Amino acid sequence: MSADHRPELLRHAALLCAVDPGGLGAVLTRATHGGARDWLQFLREALPEGTPWRRLPSQVPDSRLLGGIDLGATLAAGRPIAERGLLAEADGGMLIIPQAERLGAETAARLAAVHDAAEVLLERDGLTHRLPARVGLILLDESATDQEAPPTALLDRLALIIDVDCRIAAEGISPEEIAAARALLPHVEIPDAAIAAICGAAAALGIASLRAPLFALRAARAAAALAGRLQAEAADLELAAALVLAPRATCMPIEQEPAPQPEPEQEPEATSDEQPTQLDSGQLADAILEAALASLPANLLANLAAGNNVQRGVAGRAGQMTRSLRRGRPSGTRAGPLSPGARLNLVATLRAAVPWQALRRHEAAKDTPKILVRRGDFRIQRFKEQMGTTTIFVVDASGSAALGRLAEAKGAVELLLAECYLRRDQVAVIAFRGRVAEVLLPPTGSLVRAKRALAGLPGGGGTPLASALEAATGLALGEQRRGRTPVLLLLTDGRANVARDGQGGRQRAEADALVAGQAFAKLQLPAMLVDTSPRPQPEARRIAEAMRARYLPLPAADSQRLQRAAQSMIER
Amino acid sequence: MSRTLFPFSAIVGQDEMKLALLMVAVDPAIGGVLVFGDRGTGKSTAVRALAALLPPMRAVVGCRYHCDPASVSTFCDECRERHGAAPMEVEIRPVPVVDLPLSATEDRVVGALDLERALTTGQKVFEPGLLARANRGFLYIDEVNLLEDYLVDLLLDVAATGESVVEREGISVRHPARFVLVGSGNPEEGELRPQLLDRFGLSVEVRTPGDLPTRIEVVRRRDAFERDPARLVAAWEKQDVETRERLLAAQASLGQTIVPDTVLEQAAKLCVALGTDGLRGELTLMRAARALAALEGVPEATTKHLRQAAPSALRHRLRRNPLDESVAAVRVERALAELGLT
Repeated sequence: MSADHRPELLRHAALLCAVDPGGLGAVLTRATHGGARDWLQFLREALPEGTPWRRLPSQVPDSRLLGGIDLGATLAAGRPIAERGLLAEADGGMLIIPQAERLGAETAARLAAVHDAAEVLLERDGLTHRLPARVGLILLDESATDQEAPPTALLDRLALIIDVDCRIAAEGISPEEIAAARALLPHVEIPDAAIAAICGAAAALGIASLRAPLFALRAARAAAALAGRLQAEAADLELAAALVLAPRATCMPIEQEPAPQPEPEQEPEATSDEQPTQLDSGQLADAILEAALASLPANLLANLAAGNNVQRGVAGRAGQMTRSLRRGRPSGTRAGPLSPGARLNLVATLRAAVPWQALRRHEAAKDTPKILVRRGDFRIQRFKEQMGTTTIFVVDASGSAALGRLAEAKGAVELLLAECYLRRDQVAVIAFRGRVAEVLLPPTGSLVRAKRALAGLPGGGGTPLASALEAATGLALGEQRRGRTPVLLLLTDGRANVARDGQGGRQRAEADALVAGQAFAKLQLPAMLVDTSPRPQPEARRIAEAMRARYLPLPAADSQRLQRAAQSMIER
Repeated sequence: MSRTLFPFSAIVGQDEMKLALLMVAVDPAIGGVLVFGDRGTGKSTAVRALAALLPPMRAVVGCRYHCDPASVSTFCDECRERHGAAPMEVEIRPVPVVDLPLSATEDRVVGALDLERALTTGQKVFEPGLLARANRGFLYIDEVNLLEDYLVDLLLDVAATGESVVEREGISVRHPARFVLVGSGNPEEGELRPQLLDRFGLSVEVRTPGDLPTRIEVVRRRDAFERDPARLVAAWEKQDVETRERLLAAQASLGQTIVPDTVLEQAAKLCVALGTDGLRGELTLMRAARALAALEGVPEATTKHLRQAAPSALRHRLRRNPLDESVAAVRVERALAELGLT
């Protein structure tokens, strides 16, 4: 599908959502554009009259999201009455989640659990309830930089990923058509060859999660139902590939990928049966792949073609926010004793005490105070603390010494992370070589993730120090915005030879690097330049001065010393 | 409530995870399973499927903690009082598999006063929580690495003593809370607290299958289930029944299954070689080997069972050594090889 088909593609995406909201769900990327508002408006109009439509407020407490006790109604009725949360309210309809990139891991996990079960399992405030909540989630990814992305737990569970870079085609649809498609949906068949073809296409595009092919099948069913078909056809599968598989692609398909054939023993009759249409799974897989590739945004395609492993839409925040009793953003309350430093949440405490008043008064002596508060009622305010540090390793992967330097940096990262748990610190790695700097490891506290990202680092080539410093400054700014304290550790011999624009030339390269260093200095962050050349270099010292970084010549930098150096800065 | 569950036998591959769940079902003393790994690999599907597979258990009628009539030592206070006074009625009921949602509040986890009765009749009656409901069964926590610290503390307390103590509004309740803790999660969301990690007897890693035929089969079965759950369940019922019978037989024979001294010695050597802290590793290894032998229907655990149990029993107990690149399971294998146990 070429660029002029995109409005039509957006329209199809909205229609699929309208046909099977709970089964599909969508992520709108670049949702800051007006395109997102139009798309949502279109969807809302396509949905049957009276379909619930809710918006998730930011920092939503569990009581609002999942429900809890309705105190007023409970007291009035004299028996416990549950208050429905947003998810239960949205049952059968849609829940819109703005600024999805800022969603915390905890909220994401709650949404994911409800989405999986299609019901809310409530175990709160003395209540146990199961409430139906088959909800279509629409995530609005409004992230400003590539460093941010909605939580992976949710990205993996929503079928359609839609880049709303343009306006949706305006042609509306009648409620009857949607109703007819919904009625048809449970009866749409998918030929077995199509399952193999979708799986093959997903594998060829480097999509690891098995949810993606399943969602593609669901989307194809919805597409067939919309077209009034009882069996999904190639066109339906192609549409599904464009909306579900293509945006998740992490690599270009390898040429001459053998056409995936379903295992003969798994389906004894499928091959012998005469198929009504062309459905040969190999051909079908090719067609699906082609449709997927055709719908890729140009920049993603270029990236994939260049062999870059595209992480966008796959990466997510590691969500290492910690709960604290003392500082940070307010985040719920918990029952607990009034220990020193804990802050009582008076309203929550009174709420906890209210239902028991009749009981307590009955037991207490006369002349009791108006409200009887007991120790068990105390509700302590909790806060979300985001005070951890993020150590950003910027590693020179150029030249001949690159491999050793990378290996030691990698070792240091893992040593730091191995000790990280208690402090909840995070680590990120930027490597630079050739013409560009690239974020190899987005900030994470997970050793598993670090190992995966740092496996098999390439080395060699020119030294684009200026680009590296710019990338580091960008990453550090992003971390600051998340309320974390970035700390920078630059490993290089300081001999820049690739300028900002990617051109060679030692002099310009060094000048650019100094400018980039000064820009970094404005952030006033703790930083250290570890000079790894056999003999300390004046260039490296100059860069360190520009960055206002500590300069540490460490010709034989091993991972333990690097880790100690990083540690000393974190503790400063 | 009675949603159709994906049949246990229809889960493609993931043999280590399935076996670990069966092992703890045979011997709850192994102490729980942690399932860590990629998204969309059927972690929670497997745990829930296990619930449908478990053979039912005998319980005291009317007991809120479904006490085992055959085990006086683990009776709750009420059953202890009633015991001897009159013959206890016994019922057959499903083994509880209880979900602990991340959003659960403390009062629902440990139990609290029954709000309804307090409001309507002014009575103080203890309303048991999730821990009571899970007694003699399974407590399942998805995304366990995101569980609030104070709930983790609470679980650790209960797991250590096997009972839960609640003090509310002047009443004090102590009740048995022995359950198999099953946790699942994705390591990319963050690490698990070391103390909690240690409480899990077995730890398995699940990966998305890489080969296409397997992937196709996973998608095919899942899709078939979503289309017509009853039909897929019917198609796999025979296998599920077989597995259930195997479980029953293993539970019955566990008491007579022997772990010979040679195997115990090998277990001890393996733990020393791997530097696993504490005795828990050895104990778990022994119990796991015995459960495997019982599942196989043989009277004695052998080195083979030990070898088979070692990765899941030990991988989460290894000291983290970032400079040793190898995955924990590989280190266990290596140690096995060095001891000549392969």
